[in-house]
Amino acid sequence: MAELKKTPLNQAHRDLGGKMVDFGGWDMPVQYSAGVIAEHMATREHSGLFDVSHMGEFWVEGDGAIEFVNRLTTNDVAKLIDGQAHYSALTRGDGTVVDDLLVYRFDADKLLLVVNASTTEKDWDWITSHLKDENVTLTNVSADYCQIAVQGKDALSIVQQLTETNLAEIKYYHFTTGRVDDVEAIISRTGYTGEDGFEVYADAKYAEQLWNKLLETGNYGADGGILPCGLAARNTLRLEAAMSLYGHEISDEITPLEANLGWITKLKKGEFIGREALQSQKEAGLKRKLVGFEVTDKGIARDDFDVYINDEKVGYVTSGSPAPFLKKNIGLAFVPVEFANVGQEIKIDVRGRLLAAEIVPTPFYKREK
Amino acid sequence: MANIPENLHYSKDHEWVKVDGDVATIGITDFAQHSLGDVVFVELPSVGDKFAPHEAFGSVESVKAVSEVFTPIAGEVVEVNEGLNDAPEAVNNDPYGAAWMLRVRMDNPGEADAMLNAAEYEEYLSENE
Repeated sequence: MAELKKTPLNQAHRDLGGKMVDFGGWDMPVQYSAGVIAEHMATREHSGLFDVSHMGEFWVEGDGAIEFVNRLTTNDVAKLIDGQAHYSALTRGDGTVVDDLLVYRFDADKLLLVVNASTTEKDWDWITSHLKDENVTLTNVSADYCQIAVQGKDALSIVQQLTETNLAEIKYYHFTTGRVDDVEAIISRTGYTGEDGFEVYADAKYAEQLWNKLLETGNYGADGGILPCGLAARNTLRLEAAMSLYGHEISDEITPLEANLGWITKLKKGEFIGREALQSQKEAGLKRKLVGFEVTDKGIARDDFDVYINDEKVGYVTSGSPAPFLKKNIGLAFVPVEFANVGQEIKIDVRGRLLAAEIVPTPFYKREK
Repeated sequence: MANIPENLHYSKDHEWVKVDGDVATIGITDFAQHSLGDVVFVELPSVGDKFAPHEAFGSVESVKAVSEVFTPIAGEVVEVNEGLNDAPEAVNNDPYGAAWMLRVRMDNPGEADAMLNAAEYEEYLSENE
């Protein structure tokens, strides 16, 4: 087996009691010594710190940058203004998803794409192989950057103590360049937890400095202080917020329309790879749809468990887990569109027992603004 | 370092057994709860169920995963710990006390003696984990 890849914070995770696991080829902490519930709750109630340096970053530069990325992704890049980012999807000709990503517009000739860790190489191959005659330079800088997310109510005040940039002025899904702890950084008001917060991108050699400074500034170890959060809490936080995880809610067998991502699928923006297939799917009507559910019997639905309605297998769970903040057992599942209604009772096959569940509105959790 | 009380018997599947006459009380070890992480759900059998040695009697679920739990010894369930329904976190906080899982009337009360003692279990952990 190939050696696992490491982020520049690998030793820092170990020093904090991180329980390391193989995550898509990366040696990453699934949790730290506090445990997943404490980490999840810290992020909901105070703040959590996440190493997401394993994610991939590609620069797209040149006067064809917007046109090129617009041709490869579902959201409308032409609508972005300088200093704004959006969530989008790279689609194949059949409308299924190569990966989901963030597109950052620095200026009309300079975009940054941030993609998932385990798909970085696949995405790079996909993107570079689809470059036509556009005037664009592509650079894969995934290994050069660290990315650290600070999430939760206290995120703004913590990061603000380390920068002269006025963070309150950065709107949600906007970003700026500035200095954090005197390190040159991209400061982005984005995240994957359902909370307010920031994602800070910087030169990988400053990763430990920033990480340790953020822990210290967030009063790690004190009551109500920041906690470093592993992949397990990252997953339960995003699931409560009903955000998609590539390979689960979206994949090379699922289209964005099926996964409730119509809001990032701009069929009228002009041609893009997969547009025709998605247009046809929309006109023909969806056969299945992603829904949220709550298990009403005692038990936990997990990824890939089968969904039954009227004793017939009709779908499957894409992500299922206990929800530490909501204190319920929740999940997302694909069901035929005729059953995709709030209040619909479903059954989930939990190791041979059919447990009752009910379709509920998503997101399961929404922060108070 | 995992807590391993002296007076218990241990299995290589990380269950502990406490013998009192012909009744065995069974739970999972401190090492096991630590490996699982935060326990959120414990599924236990019913009183009267019979189990062969090394048979799965239920499951322990953490936020992240589900693990089966096995009876190290054969017998009939005489009591289950209903308290774990409402307080599964006891498995993390007090694995040898409040988080006992079931009491079994042993078919063969000598069976527990064949299990590992505390020193042997500690050695097993250091060799295998």
